[in-house]
Parts: sequence; C-alpha cells; structure tokens
Amino acid sequence: MNTAPLGWRTERDAPGRVKVLEIECPWCGARDQDEFQYGGEAHIVRPTSPEDLSDAQWADYLFNRANTKGPHAEQWCHGAGCRRWFNVVRDTVSYAILAIYRTGDRPPGQNP
Amino acid sequence: MSGARRLTTGGLIDRSHSISFHFNGKRYSGHPGDTLASALLAQGVRLFGRSFKYHRPRGVIGAGSEEPNALVQVGEGAHSTPNLRATQVELYQGLTARTVNGWPSLAYDLGSVNNWFGRLLPAGFYYKTFMWPRSAWMRYEHYIRKAAGLGHAPSGPDPDHYDKRHCHCDVLVVGSGPAGLMAALGAARSGARVILADEQARLGGSLLHASVQIGGKTAVDWVGEVLTELHTYPEVTLLKRSTVAGYYDHNFLTINERRTHHQGPGQSDPRISRERLWRVRARQVILATGAIERPLVFSGNDTPGVMLASAVSTYVRRYAVAPGQCGAVFTNNDSGYQAALDMAFAGMEVVAVVDIRANPDPASVSAAKALGIPVYLGHGVPSVEKNRQGLSGIELARLTDDGKSIQSHKGVHRCQVLAVSGGWSPAVHLYSQSGGRARFDEKRACFVPGESVQAERSAGSSKGTFDLAGCLREGANAGVAAAAASGWPGSSIDVPVTSAPPCAAIQACWEVPTDALGGTGAKKFLDFQNDTTVADVQLAAREGYRSIEHVKRYTALGFGTDQGKLGNINGLAVLARSLDQTLGDTGTTTFRPNYTPVSFGAVAGRSLGAQLFDPVRKTAIHSWHVRRGAEFEDVGQWKRPWFYPQNGESMSDAVNRECLATRQGVGVLDASTLGKIDIQGPDAAEFLNRLYTNNWSKLEPGRCRYGLMLGEDGMVMDDGVTTCLAPGHYLMTTTTGGAAAVMSWMERWLQTEWPDLKVYLTSVTDHWSVMSIAGPHARQVLHEAGCNLDLGGAVFPFMCSKAGTVAGIPARVSRISFSGELAFEISVDANLGLALWEEVMGAGQKFNITPYGTEAMHVLRAEKGYVIVGQDTDGSVTPLDLGMSWIVSKSKDFIGRRSLSRSDTAKENRKQLVGLHTQDPMQVLPEGAQLVNAPGVEKPVPMIGHVTSSYFSANLGHSIALALVKGGASRMGGTIYAQLMDGHVVPASIVDAVFFDPDNERQRRN
Ligand SMILES: [Zn+2]
Repeated sequence: MNTAPLGWRTERDAPGRVKVLEIECPWCGARDQDEFQYGGEAHIVRPTSPEDLSDAQWADYLFNRANTKGPHAEQWCHGAGCRRWFNVVRDTVSYAILAIYRTGDRPPGQNP
Repeated sequence: MSGARRLTTGGLIDRSHSISFHFNGKRYSGHPGDTLASALLAQGVRLFGRSFKYHRPRGVIGAGSEEPNALVQVGEGAHSTPNLRATQVELYQGLTARTVNGWPSLAYDLGSVNNWFGRLLPAGFYYKTFMWPRSAWMRYEHYIRKAAGLGHAPSGPDPDHYDKRHCHCDVLVVGSGPAGLMAALGAARSGARVILADEQARLGGSLLHASVQIGGKTAVDWVGEVLTELHTYPEVTLLKRSTVAGYYDHNFLTINERRTHHQGPGQSDPRISRERLWRVRARQVILATGAIERPLVFSGNDTPGVMLASAVSTYVRRYAVAPGQCGAVFTNNDSGYQAALDMAFAGMEVVAVVDIRANPDPASVSAAKALGIPVYLGHGVPSVEKNRQGLSGIELARLTDDGKSIQSHKGVHRCQVLAVSGGWSPAVHLYSQSGGRARFDEKRACFVPGESVQAERSAGSSKGTFDLAGCLREGANAGVAAAAASGWPGSSIDVPVTSAPPCAAIQACWEVPTDALGGTGAKKFLDFQNDTTVADVQLAAREGYRSIEHVKRYTALGFGTDQGKLGNINGLAVLARSLDQTLGDTGTTTFRPNYTPVSFGAVAGRSLGAQLFDPVRKTAIHSWHVRRGAEFEDVGQWKRPWFYPQNGESMSDAVNRECLATRQGVGVLDASTLGKIDIQGPDAAEFLNRLYTNNWSKLEPGRCRYGLMLGEDGMVMDDGVTTCLAPGHYLMTTTTGGAAAVMSWMERWLQTEWPDLKVYLTSVTDHWSVMSIAGPHARQVLHEAGCNLDLGGAVFPFMCSKAGTVAGIPARVSRISFSGELAFEISVDANLGLALWEEVMGAGQKFNITPYGTEAMHVLRAEKGYVIVGQDTDGSVTPLDLGMSWIVSKSKDFIGRRSLSRSDTAKENRKQLVGLHTQDPMQVLPEGAQLVNAPGVEKPVPMIGHVTSSYFSANLGHSIALALVKGGASRMGGTIYAQLMDGHVVPASIVDAVFFDPDNERQRRN
C-alpha cells in the first residue's frame, strides 16, 4: 500500500494550483474532487517479509515514488461518498483522467 | 484645457437622466450608460492617478478591464472598495470615488520626488538596497509603502452579502462580442444548455462601439436582435457584469457576477447578493474573450492624453465623448485608422495619422485622407510634449526604411489626444489557465492559443482572427461544433454579411526608435501600473536574468492589479531583443486565476463567521454540562467540558479541586467523544494484530487491552483500548481527534492491501454515551446507582468488561482507567446517556461525586505519565522514544515494525519522553518551551528538546511536565534549562515520566 499520508495534494501539484477534478467513482458516478481523497501512487505492494529487507529496500517501499510525468496510476477514495478505494490513471501534465478501474485490477491494457 | 466635451447625439447613454457623483471631493455629473471614466473624460478630467513608483501623473489609457492607471476607491466606510478600474465603474446617483494613489494629494504629490530621483531607482532597487542591512529595510519600508499605497481597506465589516451558485452546462461561452454572440447562437439553436458570460454591463463586446453594418443593420441593432433570439431559449443563461475569472481542471470555471455594484449602497433589493460566484462545470467551453490593444513604446508614452486607439473609438462611439479638441493617431496596423475616423466623427481636429508602415492598406489611407486627415507613412512618434494638463503635442519623425531608427525630425504637432495602436494581443489568459501553451505567431505579431488541453476552443480575435467577418464565422462554427461535442448535434447558422474591411498586415514595433533628441531622462514605459520601463528590462538582461519569470520578479513587470494586460507583451519583446531571442523563445509568464481581481466577499460567499460548515458535535450529556456552568474546550469538532468552575473559582482552583476530589473521593468524566469503531469478522483478531504493535490473538471475550498504532514509518499514530465483545467481535476506541483518520486508515488497508481479510468496520462513535467513574469510591457509586454486576475485584478485575444494567439501563461496564485510579467506564445507548449520567450523579451525591473536565483529565493522566497522542507526540516519535517497548511485540509483524530498526529510528540519542521537575516547585513551564543544555552559551544555542505537557499537580503539590529530550532516558537526574520567550531561563531536573503511583496499585485496587 502507498503509505503516504492522505491528502489533497498530488506529487506533481504546481504550487498554488487549485485542483478541481471531476472523478467518476465506479460505484457512484461523476463527482467533484471535494468528495475524494488522494492516495498517491497505486500498485505499491507491501513486502510480505519486511524483516528480510535491507534498510534501503524498506525505504524504497516506504518513501520512493515514481513521480511520473504523464499517465500515472494512482489511488483515490470516495471518502465523502461510498468510501471505496479505486484506481485512476491520470495524466499528471494535463490532469486528464484516462482510466478508472477497481483495486486489485491491473491498469487497462496491461497484462497481470 | 483639453477641450474634451460630450457629444450632443449618439452613444449608448441616456441623456434624459443626469447622475451626480463625486470624484476626489469634487462634484460631477454623467448619464446612465456612463462609466466613471467616460463621465470624467467628458468633463475635461485627464488626471486619474499617480503611478506606483515614480508618482507620475497618469490618465485613463483604456476603456475596459485592461486599464492599468485609472484605479479608484469607490464608496465610503464599510461600503468602500479599493482598486476598481474607473473604466468599468458604472455611475450611480451619489457615487463617491477617489484615486487610490495620490498621497497626499493628486495634483501636488510629494511622492513624485521619486520621479526626480528616478535614475536612483532602477529595476531591482528594492532588492539591492533593502536586502542588507536588514534593519535598514525596516526603516525604509515604512515610508515606501506609505508613499506607494494602493487603496484602503473598508472601515468596517462588509455589510453586504455574497452568494455562490454551482451549475453544469453543455457550452459555456466567454465573451459576447461578435464571435461570442455567434457561438452562443450556434450552440443555443441545438437545444444545448448554454451560459454566455461577459464582464461588461452590456452584452455586445466591441460591437458596442463599432460603426459597421452587420446583416444590413447597425452593429448595436444586430446585437439586440441576437440577444432577443437567445432570450427565447429556456436553456440559455445570459450573464452580464460577469467575469469568467478562473479556468481550472476538467472544465471547471468560476464566474464572478457583480449584481448590485451599479446601484450603490442601499439602492438594491436587500435580498439580492452583491456578488455571486458561479462555479460551473462545462462540457465544452468557447473562449471568445477578444483581444487587448497594445500601447506603443516611446518616450513619455504614459502622458495623460495618450490612449489606446480602440479606447478613443469607444469613448466617441459608445459614450459620446470627444476626449479632446485635437487628436492624432500613431499606429502600426489598420485599426488605428478607425480611431482617426471616429475622432473626426466627434468633430475633433485630427492633425495626423502616423503610420510606422510604409505601405499600409490603401483603403484605410484614402478613407482618412478623404476627411482631410494628413497621413504620414513610414513615420513615428519618438516622444511627446506635455504641460500640466498632460499631452500638448507629438514629435513627428521620419523613420528609416527598416523602421529601426530615425531618419529625420519633422517638428511638433499640437494635440491633446494621441490614439495609439501597437497591434492586438489575443486574450489568451483563460486558454493558458486551462493548461494550454500559447505560441507566438510572427505574421500576426502576437501570441495565439496552441493546442487545446481541455474541452475548449477559441474563436475570433482571442484566436488571432482580427477581421469582423472572420470573427463571426469562427464564432458560428465554434458554437455548432461545441454543441455537437456536448451531445447536441445538427444545429446550423448562417453568417451575416458585414461592411467591415479585411485587415492588412501589421508591422511589429516593440519599441519606437529614439535618438539623442529623445533626452536621456525620458522614460519609455512598459508596465504603467508598476512603472517598469524599457531600461529596467534591459538592465535585468544585462545583469544576467534570462527567464521571463525572473525578469518579472526583478522588474515588477506585470505584477500590478492588472497583471500586465497591456504591458507584458512589450516587456517580453524588449527582453527577447536584449537576449537576441525570438518572442516565441522568450515565452510568456504564467497566466494565473483570476483574470481580474475577485473580492474576498465573493470567494467566501456565505461561509462567514464562527460556524462555517464544520459541524459542532455535542455529547448526549452536553445540556447537563451547560447547566452545571462548564467551560468548554474544542477537541476536533467536539465541545468537551474543560472544567466546572464553582462560585467564581479561577480555572486553576477548579482544576485543582477536580483533581483532588477524584484521587481522594470520586470523580466522573464524560468520555463519550472517544472514537469508537465496531470490528467484526472471522479475521478481526488477525487484523488487530497487524494494526497494533502488541498481540491480540489471545484476548478473550470480556477482556480489554490497550493498543498503540503506528504508521508504516514506525511513528506513533493513535492509541486506545479495544474490548473483545465476542469471538470475532471487537469494539475499538480511538483518540477523540483521531477517530476519522483511524477509520480511514483501517478501511484503506482492508480495501487496498488485505482484501482477503474478512473484517467489517462500523463507526459507532455517536451510538454510545460513555462515562468514566474514577476514584477510590468508584465501586460504591456504581453499587449505589444499582448495577446488577458483581464488581468485586476477584470477578471483575482490571481490564475486564461485562454487559449488565446500571440503574435499570442496559450498559456495558468496563474496568479501565486513564487516571490511574480505580475506574469503571459505563457505555449506554446514547439516547439514555443523560438519564444514566443523572442517575449516577444522584447516587454519587453522598460520596461528593465531582464532575471533572478535560483539563483535570490531562493533569491526572500526566501525573501517571500517560501520553496523549498528538500532544506528547508529533509524528516523529516511536514507541521506544516513549519508553513503551513493553507494548511492542517481538514475535509478529505489524504496520511500522520494520521501520523501528531503520538506522535513524534505532539510533541512540533520539528525543525521548522524560518528566521534568522545575527547581521552583510552583513554577509551571509553558508547553512548547524549548530546552537547552546550558543557558547563556554562544548563539545559536542547540535546542535539545521541548516541553510537551505541563501542569500544576495539586495531588503532588508541585508542577509536573513531560518533555521530549535528546537522549533523555539516559539523563535521569541531570539538569536542563527551559528558555522562555520572555528571556527567562528556568532550570529543571530530568526525572521519570511517571510522577504518581509508579506501581499502578490504585487502578488495580480490589
Ligand atoms: Zn462512490
């Protein structure tokens, strides 16, 4: 899991830029960003045996993120709605939402 | 005198009514339809303000929202609004306005000494002079700010109210000029939901001052016809006085609608808000925002009387004002000629049309010549002459063939008005805000929109299309296409025929050449509001600035309230030339919301005062606390009783009494605000094992356990007691403030990482009322209240929980303690919380039961060394730092465990929780006080910790404090110093964090 604190800002937010995305919750439909919480990069899997990892490997899981410019798979939660987490592919330059898919699925077009 | 006057016919003003108003204390009059600027111009006023840095006299240069000079403060007292553009202020009866910048007076301005010393104030002057020494900056700043000053805050709270409106539409059209009107019509005919918004008081944009025919009618009549048709569509909303101020992601735009500004205080229906902020999600956006005319850059181009050519046309045609007796035109493109024709139409003598181009459109030239206007091709105006009223003449010069230098001087022409046109800059502001990147078009000499990033399209002059026929056609196409793209295909619209001529080519001119005759001190202004000159930008380039964003900050180019609408483009060009770049290479600065300033009132809307939208949460027992006279404390959204003063007691007296009563007799606390999460499912115990640092596998039904929750980084996140109600069924409590975050945290792990775990969570915080009875008499009180459970220590030990009844009310009774006393927590259905509380208070009377608040609770727990997460921890504290290694399991994984052995987390000398005894036992350290090893050492003094909790303990008779101290665990008995804000240094000794009953005998007492 991405363990970054929950927040409204994304990694690549330009300072001062107010984000007002419209996000299509897979369960509730299109809603304003106000209703959602951002969870950061998706598909970060918690290591099964943390004690076997070096400090560097653990830090990689804990802190290091891809900081993608372009299509970015990320987690969102419909916190003020159905409270479900789901995944979004969002272009971090244009902020266009390219795909929405359920937690546990791979991004559309990618093989498991 | 300027010779300005009001025309006897024409214009869109109502001569049958007069409006009187005051400007700088003097009375004037105007007509409905006037702006403050047009009415003042008509009465010969030329001086509208003083510039920011040099305090030069400035006149009105534009006629709309681009105006940088004529900034006024409108209204009085609480109704006062600063920094409005006189070109947009509509007149109303009794309006009062004054210039924002004339200190101490507009006509004779002390600040203009800056002008005489102008050579001492180059770009970056403030940076260079005032960065060092800092103390000097403090001294200068006071005077500079006072001299500069840009408006005054209103004298009282805003008496008006403001609104917001949220809506969706298919097509939002921004701007109601020729392109916008055609776009709205094309979209509306499809049936689409359309919003058309325009910043002006009247829809029609540039057509309101156009002298052309459209579809065989005058432009104004054609506008009226289009609006009449648009009014017939139920899905069309027409918004005037409405600035589309911000373009955000996913086609979300804000519109600032000014609803009553034009009526004056007290004149409008009080139910109507002063402004409304529309928050619009549009499927498609059409940007028909028009273009802004550029000034030409020559010596003295800021002289009052020098105006944009389009503004001159607007004053003549729309407001029926001849802005002077005598005028001239200076242009590098065809649109300047229209101003010449309009000045002639207004009866002004037009002494010259000076065209930088050697070969302009012959039709334009002959139209001017037909009216007897001399036209000078291949000429320029390198400088002007002025008197105390402003412009008095222009210097004419023949330019060399390349236009880059002066060939010969041709003398001075007397005139009071110079209409200048340096070409047009498409208003790409909203396009750029949408994420698009404007590109420079060399042929048209302007930045035009590039590719669309969002669902928007530009049409008309905002796209660089400057001929009227082109604007109408592009608007129509955009409207039809946007409607189709939003799901409303099949509309069509014919483009009307116009009499307007096509546009001939512009000859870019970013700086009019000067020679020695121009004088060394004559400034060429780029940004009129901030007094940025050509020399300033050139200096920045010489000093090594390359990025336009840096040059902007160094020279203040575009930093004014107008955000450089007029001046930026010329500044970019000067920089590009200094750096030997193209304008495309230099690029533009970032366009940010808002297009024009939006009032705080509109942004706040109805979200005013203390309540806002944050809910106030009160426990079921709240009314009792109020009756008892409790002082309340905000904890998150909750109102919690802080202490219960009796007979005028001070806070410390009340807290001391509550603390003593609880330890010596019995106290009672409303603990209902603790977060409560019901956890069920076959994997619930496993889930708790992963969440908490300690082991939960063996917790039996009816037993409670304290747990500590970490983030994956190993830092303490929350704590609380969890009770096993039945196999696979637990009730977790969290801190009052952390409840929502803990719930989200748990849901997130279950949904995203461990969906295989069968665990179900329900927030039940509000379902249960909880009271904690604490103190030596707690058991007797519970007996007296009628509890059907055997409370004997043998059958009801510490950390035991049972279901039963208290005073006949079904209740869960748990023997847990946050005070270190023998304590029982009773949870009942929240609807019965007050009834239970009153029963217990009645039963406790004979034991002198004492309600205590959060302050006493804090003191009692601090005496025991119990931490409060978020007060004694701050997101950088591990359980080991708190001395709580006893709760960290060695035999299982849990969230954050691996981080506890990271080199930084495991290192010695981390900040660790300790207790502090001040040497003066009565002195209570301030929480947050910084701790140092030794006072009076050389600065900077290393900070080695801080006080996290600090109280006077009535039970112990001295002050106690908890602190985080570097390596504190190994410094027991040592001395440390608290450095207070007032300079005092307080010595304290480091002691164990548990001050009271270290062996926990009291809470386990049977
Ligand atoms: Zn949802």
